[in-house]
Amino acid sequence: MSDTDVRHDDTAPPGRDAVTGGRNGTGGRRRRRGRGEQPMVPDAEFRSYYGRPILHKPTWAAADIAGYLVLGGLAGASSVLAAAAELTDRPALARTGKLGAAVAIGGSLYALIHDLGRPARFVNMLRVVKPSSPMNVGSWLLAGYGPQVAVAAATAVSGRLPRLGRVATLGAGLTGPAVAAYTGVLIADTAVPVWHDAYRELPFLFVGSAAGAAGGLGLIGTPLSQAAPARRAVLFGAALDIVATKRMHDRLGMVAEPLHTGTSGRLLRAAQALTVTGAVVGGLLGGRSRVAAVVGGLAALAGSACTRFGIFQAGITSAEDPKYTVVPQRARLDEPAR
Amino acid sequence: MSSNLSDLLSGDDPPGAGGYPDPAPRFGFFTDTSVCIGCKACEVACKEWNHVPDDGLDFTGMSYDNTGGLGADTWRHVAFIEQRKPLGDQRANAGVVDLGLPSFTKPGQAEDAERGEFRWLMSSDVCKHCTHAACLDVCPTGALFRTEFGTVVVQEDVCNGCGYCVPACPYGVIDQRKDDGRVWKCTLCYDRVGEGMTPACAQACPTESIQFGDLDELRERADQRLAQLHERGITDARLYGRDEDDGVGGAGAFFLLLDEPEVYGLPPDPVVTTRDLPSMWRHAGAAALTLVAGLAIGFLGGRGR
Repeated sequence: MSDTDVRHDDTAPPGRDAVTGGRNGTGGRRRRRGRGEQPMVPDAEFRSYYGRPILHKPTWAAADIAGYLVLGGLAGASSVLAAAAELTDRPALARTGKLGAAVAIGGSLYALIHDLGRPARFVNMLRVVKPSSPMNVGSWLLAGYGPQVAVAAATAVSGRLPRLGRVATLGAGLTGPAVAAYTGVLIADTAVPVWHDAYRELPFLFVGSAAGAAGGLGLIGTPLSQAAPARRAVLFGAALDIVATKRMHDRLGMVAEPLHTGTSGRLLRAAQALTVTGAVVGGLLGGRSRVAAVVGGLAALAGSACTRFGIFQAGITSAEDPKYTVVPQRARLDEPAR
Repeated sequence: MSSNLSDLLSGDDPPGAGGYPDPAPRFGFFTDTSVCIGCKACEVACKEWNHVPDDGLDFTGMSYDNTGGLGADTWRHVAFIEQRKPLGDQRANAGVVDLGLPSFTKPGQAEDAERGEFRWLMSSDVCKHCTHAACLDVCPTGALFRTEFGTVVVQEDVCNGCGYCVPACPYGVIDQRKDDGRVWKCTLCYDRVGEGMTPACAQACPTESIQFGDLDELRERADQRLAQLHERGITDARLYGRDEDDGVGGAGAFFLLLDEPEVYGLPPDPVVTTRDLPSMWRHAGAAALTLVAGLAIGFLGGRGR
């Protein structure tokens, strides 16, 4: 029991803080903090309604939606690799990209539909064309992209209709970048502080992460003789990922806190370590040994997954704590007065 | 071009909203919290009229508020805040007439002790029916729409439960009903208003803290009420959601508050997330091109190396 005005004795029910008056009485500060974590920025003073969140956190399940962010990026960038490999006569790399994209986009569709409150109504996504809704735009993108990926993979496996397969491969390669990039807008177009405030960096972080994942898959599934573009994709992806992450940390101020604390902080640190490992082992050494290529490729894939799950979790954390909503908005209001 | 783009990205904002050629006057709520007595009649009336299911009888242990906040099954929520502060111009040391009776010390009147007065802030929160409504903008199915009264309503036969509107709302109003999968929120009693009736909460409010009507009239009335309170020395009084230049273009349901909005669980400076959407799409476009360029360069080197 703390500073209750009602009863001071031991018979008071636990957790009953009927505090009157005062700024602290309305739940301004938060006392809980993860074990062994040092605050990077001193906690800002702010007022709230008994410490309750202002926003509703997303109803999305991490396995579905963060999972979709991983798979959608992997698919989109794999299609680009597949199309370029097709044009430059690297059949093994093209095949890996086509099959990888098909499996990943299949998983994406499953996750997206599974996460709906009313899965049977998923086709309602295509009821309207609505540029103000990134989810609607994404649905149309997937509706155009998915079938091309499926045809490209089916023709690659069966060996039939090679010309149709080529058209589908190139079409998927052209649509793929949009599929990989739009997910940054998808989550940024919310009131979730970390996601919204990072709207400039998220698309770049996500395409970097997508390039790393697709390159990683290319390293795993392609003989050394054709895997050079996949190695460079891993390096390119890692560089973009690291630069975007750094910029995001620098620009977001106190809202960046969930990016380096708690579960999301751990995931994002793991993501950076795995991404660098993937770049060094897969990207730099992967040309010399198949083992290094596979290990590096796996690290790059895992790094991409940790990035998406970390960003997803950071958003949830920032929605759950009113601090990340109130402090920046209050600062914005008080600024002209100073 | 830019005006066309912004039309596309926010085409459902009033006036002229949602393709109504001759829209009715925009309706809204003005909730004057200075006369709210915390009776929760609005919560009950809303539940009864709209068949909103119960969402558990929880004891929050924080105040007389056991509702907690707005959600799929709470479309009106009465907040209770207890503060060690006099209400308005109430005197802390009102003259006490000595009647020669045995004296009692008033609470907190002892030497060096803080005077014991405090005030209750009570406020009935509701969906703001924003001018620029993020929930409506991001809804991928068109289930959320702008009515002819300028309000924002979910079509439950269309909603597929994607949940996108939930984190999009800067106030934390709309939410998903778990057992049902769809999202729900205040409709500003679309059915009643269509019949020329007052929404259930405003009808039930015994102190006229909740006022329903033509938004322009409500704004005028609110300005008068604010001036009146300021005249009486209640300088804490402020309007919230009244300003048409705020981040959501002004709220269809706005408030007179007696403290900072965050004390009531309201965001101090909410901004519709889609305001930045054109810039978001530009960044995504640049990122997509970066991806193509970055991967293509990887194919330029010689084979094998």
